[in-house]
Amino acid sequence: MVSALATARPLESAVWAALHDVHDPEIPTISVVDLGVVGRVEASAGHVRVELLPTFIGCPAIDVMRASVEQRLAGFADEVAVEISYAEPWTSERITPEGRARLRASGFGPPGPALDDDRLLPVLPVAECPYCGSRDTTLENAFGPTLCRAIYHCTTCSQPFEQFKAV
Amino acid sequence: MSTELRRPTRQVLEPDLPRFDRRDLEPNARDALAGLLLTMADDEFVIGFWDSEWTGIAPMLEEDVAFSSIAQDEIGHARLFYEMLAQLTGDGADRLAFGREADEYRHAMLVDHARSDWAFSIARRWLYETADAVRLEALKESTFTPLREVVAKVRREERYHLMHIDAWLRGLAEAGEEPRARLVEALSRLAPDAPSVFTPLAGEELLVEAGILAAPMAQLAGRWSSAAAETLAKLRLPAPPVEPPTAEGRDHRPPSDAFAWLWGEFTSVARLEEGVEW
Repeated sequence: MVSALATARPLESAVWAALHDVHDPEIPTISVVDLGVVGRVEASAGHVRVELLPTFIGCPAIDVMRASVEQRLAGFADEVAVEISYAEPWTSERITPEGRARLRASGFGPPGPALDDDRLLPVLPVAECPYCGSRDTTLENAFGPTLCRAIYHCTTCSQPFEQFKAV
Repeated sequence: MSTELRRPTRQVLEPDLPRFDRRDLEPNARDALAGLLLTMADDEFVIGFWDSEWTGIAPMLEEDVAFSSIAQDEIGHARLFYEMLAQLTGDGADRLAFGREADEYRHAMLVDHARSDWAFSIARRWLYETADAVRLEALKESTFTPLREVVAKVRREERYHLMHIDAWLRGLAEAGEEPRARLVEALSRLAPDAPSVFTPLAGEELLVEAGILAAPMAQLAGRWSSAAAETLAKLRLPAPPVEPPTAEGRDHRPPSDAFAWLWGEFTSVARLEEGVEW
């Protein structure tokens, strides 16, 4: 099937398709597109510009993703610019349904609903166990092996698991 | 070894921020904004380095992970504030972070103390996080767009820090005996320095006038101390003083022994060789 975008803007469409090949170095089953890290894409003759939105500000993976995107898009235009942007903050709502399915398949709980912006001391949303689907889970640590993950325990199937944090 | 073989593991700090034209700001407001960014960057940088000292030796594994993650977040925030400041003044973010003398840093007195024991680190982080939240809230509608955007992102991360440290404050306070006694002692020792986060800034009235900052520091200090006192009173813990912060709250001439040591640690690689990458 040829999408409307592919017909109307073939270069932009090709860039999006190529970005699906670039994966999160910390969770290699998910692409930067499904993770919602890709913001705006601009493509015109000789010029491609891609905005990346960091999941967490101090995340070292963003430098790796930026380099991987630059490498993947080399040759798409004379000038390829990959920029980090905060104009629109990355939130866990940006992870696509495909991305959520891939997180589950890799043993990560997908994030729950994002937290309300102005509550000073928020309550963490319930996490869903990626193994058995139970919501009867307890938070073990709001901080995990990377900045974007929290550690939970599933009461139903007794498995510990990591959840991609809701932000 | 040939220079081509050298592969830096750490990237040189490059601006990750939307470009802005520093000429869009009136020069005096620009200087005041530079002062604000420097204090915010230095606060996050210094507390980030102090708390990273717990990596590997925190009282439990979960806290080893938590304190390390929080420290990494804070140093990430500092990086963005240094980059923004560098764009504003034409300086370099790396030089600002690693190239200054110890007495040139402008972190609050609250974060000038050594890590000390666990209760002290918990007490200090609770005072700092709650104060920082008030300061960030005063920037959430800033007319300086790059700062407003970054603050929106920072606040989303800081909520996890607040949740974490509030649980620890309550945990130690309600545990009684030695944990509570150590917490009370730490809060008493830190209380006089707590309002230093809100040390008045040169030209801050220009920032308020321009809509960059919502209110003067003294007003933010009052907002914070009444909220903090309420929580602390419920736990029968010593409250921070209500007096407004003094002008010396960020003056480190000469630097304390504690900070001189920390500065020696975090600048050690940068001082090995000018322009070195790691």
